[in-house]
Amino acid sequence: MSAQELLQLADDELFLGWRNSEWTGIAPFLEEDVAFSSIAQTEIGHARAWYELAAKELGSDADSLAFDRDPDEYLCAPLVEMRMVDDWARTIARHWLYENADAIRIQVLLNSTNREVAGLAEKIDREEAYHRMHAAMWEERLRDEPKFGVAIDELWPYALGVLSEEQRPLLCQAVDRDEVQAIERGLHIEDLRPLLEEMTMVRRSVPGASW
Amino acid sequence: MVTAERVWEALAEIPDPEIPALSLVDLGVVRDVEVDGDRVHVGFTPTFLGCPALEVMREQMAERIRGLGAKPDVEVLSEGWSSDRITDEGRRKLHDSGFAPPSGKAPPTLLQIQTGTHPCPYCGSTDTRLDNLFGPTPCRSIRYCNACRQPFEQFKTV
Repeated sequence: MSAQELLQLADDELFLGWRNSEWTGIAPFLEEDVAFSSIAQTEIGHARAWYELAAKELGSDADSLAFDRDPDEYLCAPLVEMRMVDDWARTIARHWLYENADAIRIQVLLNSTNREVAGLAEKIDREEAYHRMHAAMWEERLRDEPKFGVAIDELWPYALGVLSEEQRPLLCQAVDRDEVQAIERGLHIEDLRPLLEEMTMVRRSVPGASW
Repeated sequence: MVTAERVWEALAEIPDPEIPALSLVDLGVVRDVEVDGDRVHVGFTPTFLGCPALEVMREQMAERIRGLGAKPDVEVLSEGWSSDRITDEGRRKLHDSGFAPPSGKAPPTLLQIQTGTHPCPYCGSTDTRLDNLFGPTPCRSIRYCNACRQPFEQFKTV
């Protein structure tokens, strides 16, 4: 597996984790404050593990890869860049679509010939099972809400962009939708820059500090 | 000269940073110990990747091994940890400190989590319900006991 592919995974999980953490303290009710904070924590933990693998290949370290690249060098899917507070329907739509896409990607990684990648995918899959259950519970609750349907329609081309072309038919099957033109990874949206500004602020304030 | 047995004993004295009633050995995160002269290799499988306790655990193990007069080599293994690895002793300690031990074998389904038998660690009633899949740390869910009206933390089955 190439360092570029590892960075795609790491960037997706880091940015989604960051976006999820934006609900801490302001989710619709206390249980979701806890849930989204916990999901954010595990996603960022996964990002760190992928960055560490990529760093070995690139001769770098996880923090530099996470925080020191130029905006154009990030390889995340636009789906995870979007700022969605305070729209709960869109947030849940993204959560459900992302977890479905991520499950397909993890299945492929479980069979990787690289032992470290397969081992990490196995660990991550155990944790993601809880994210998937949480997303499934919410999808069941919101499925018939018009606002949720609109959000799913809007985000569908972005969700396809999380996966490689050959994996996309599996996502169509999983969520029972037809394939459309995907919005590809690497095409950054406006939300990325302010997010990076905020995310790297502390690190930029004291370059080279160890925390 | 340090022996593997001495190392296991030393590691069994290290409390889990977040649930101190439990030792790292009870938790099942120590996979193997190999002694080679004055070098001690420990294979370690952390519970959750995002767990902030990971570094603390690693450092504490190294410190104990240095305390035995040996050189530590704590390796984080790529194989995953599962809650199935928590020992019987660990399960008893969890229960006695108010945490419901993991229920059933991993991986669980949502149906099992919602409808399976999850006894309350306070009163023993099985009339409990899932309140939140997520809790104060990545390894715990929140349940509520309808019998003694007490929320409690359930160690996740992973």
